[in-house]
Amino acid sequence: MTPTQSQPVEDPERVAAFEARVAAGESIEPKDWMPERYRRQLVRMMSQHAHSEIVGMLPEGNWITRAPSLRRKMSLLAKVQDEAGHGLYIYCGTETLGVDRQELIEQLLNGTAKYSSIFNYPTLTWADIGAIGWLVDGAAIVNQTMLAKASYGPYARAMVRICKEENFHKRQGYEIMAILAAGTPAQHRMAQDALDRWWWPSLMMFGPHDSESSNSDELMRWGVKRKSNDELRQRFINLTVAQAKAIGLVIPDPQLAYDESTENWKIGPIDWDEFWRVVRGNGPCNRERLAARRAAHAEGEWVRLAAAAYAAKQARTVSAFEAA
Amino acid sequence: MSVRTSGQIEKGSRQFEYLVRLGDDRLVLGHRLSEWCGHAPILEEDIALANIALDLIGQATLLLGHAGKLEGEGRDADTLAYLRDAIEFRNVLLVELPKGDFAVTIVRQLFFGVFGLLQSEALQRSNDRDLAGIAAKAAKEVRYHVRHSADWVLKLGGGTDESRERTQRAVDDLWRYTGELFLADDVDRAAAAAGVGVDPSTLETTWHSHVEDVLARAGLTIPETLYMQRGGREGRHTEHLGHMLAEMQIVARSHPGASW
Ligand SMILES: [Fe+2]
Ligand SMILES: [Fe+2]
Repeated sequence: MTPTQSQPVEDPERVAAFEARVAAGESIEPKDWMPERYRRQLVRMMSQHAHSEIVGMLPEGNWITRAPSLRRKMSLLAKVQDEAGHGLYIYCGTETLGVDRQELIEQLLNGTAKYSSIFNYPTLTWADIGAIGWLVDGAAIVNQTMLAKASYGPYARAMVRICKEENFHKRQGYEIMAILAAGTPAQHRMAQDALDRWWWPSLMMFGPHDSESSNSDELMRWGVKRKSNDELRQRFINLTVAQAKAIGLVIPDPQLAYDESTENWKIGPIDWDEFWRVVRGNGPCNRERLAARRAAHAEGEWVRLAAAAYAAKQARTVSAFEAA
Repeated sequence: MSVRTSGQIEKGSRQFEYLVRLGDDRLVLGHRLSEWCGHAPILEEDIALANIALDLIGQATLLLGHAGKLEGEGRDADTLAYLRDAIEFRNVLLVELPKGDFAVTIVRQLFFGVFGLLQSEALQRSNDRDLAGIAAKAAKEVRYHVRHSADWVLKLGGGTDESRERTQRAVDDLWRYTGELFLADDVDRAAAAAGVGVDPSTLETTWHSHVEDVLARAGLTIPETLYMQRGGREGRHTEHLGHMLAEMQIVARSHPGASW
């Protein structure tokens, strides 16, 4: 939320009743009263999520035409198609809050909306498809499993449905990595290199440390988020370290160590300069990703106009028929 | 396996050739369609085109797998897809042309879709039980593909001036590649005579009435192209196929013998 945006004055009694409902674990539905800031926070989060699904199609789509077997080609195509479905589904969920898809897409294309920074990294080898499924979808699952309990009903329900597919993506990605890791020396190198490049960015997907996260308190109080960034990140690390070991790949962190007292894997410092650099638009592919989305949108303009013109003509024909 | 007579080898290799043609058409078209994923005009079309691509590549996998088994030399669907050169591909030229704009893609889908539907419907009665089964499944899928492309041809033909012009141009450009769909040679005739395949020339009249009906309803006309391009069935392709295969095969070929 930008500070220039006006902060609406809410009726404190309604806010208290609303917060009581959230605290009681009730689901908030589109027709229910909600504080304006709650609505805005949800629009922000849900649209960022939808945009991430859509932009996320690009790095993986980059390998559909080069997938090394017919089975892999089909499963990658199906995965990227699933992500399009997720985007569509969440855009529809966001529409229940009174913003339409067109408006949101406009914000993505003009650079005012954010999407997950992870998709500003390039996919350089086939192993990146494995690494993305395993790590990026894996991190998304940790986050979305929490969001499936979010207070806003349409978002929570979308997450339940989407999580099922993300689990499938993750299994598929991990399987790709396992096969590469156990394959020829060149394949093994490819797998390790992909893990080396995707490990830290995937940890950054959970956002800044709790102490630095500006939106967190309010989101927790309103039941939009149920766990902090650091809690979720730790959960992901604990799950993933064991998985890497199981297939003989090395997590690229010399300081990685198991802490017996907390039963957590402790990691070395995250490079937050890199995180903010990519968030602010200077990641390796920020420009390419937006340019690709803009190009698809611009090249598809005539198609959308044609469909609209055709639908309008059809509607006129029907109403003329009914008037007769 | 007993020693085969030359007649049997001849028969087997013809049926292999016939199946490879069916498989290659679908593999190459499916690959071209998959290039849209992430770049379609609307999100719904990213999904729809990916669906159709998945169906086609799925059909190709079954057809090439069946061809490889029949050949009996240890080539599976992946070997056939990834380790053959362009001159060994047997698809029609229509399916290998670059995806073009959305109008080109949609018009090609209509042209090949109607052909694929008629072909699959006929092949459901093949006395090659495997092929009949693949065709029965394919016919169900392709019925949807045809509806999808015909709907879009109507929308684009009846939409705006620009969409009508682009779609007419696509029809004009692609029409010269439709004749090849119906060319029958010894391979087709032998497959038809054996009750395995269908002679593609027998599908031409129905194809024309179907396609011309859709085009007419969309206000589009058929160009007066007299010359029809050909060559794909003999491995004489356009320049585009080599580039497409270079991309498609690069990873598989860079790691000989590797599993994925
Ligand atoms: Fe997704
Ligand atoms: Fe996913």
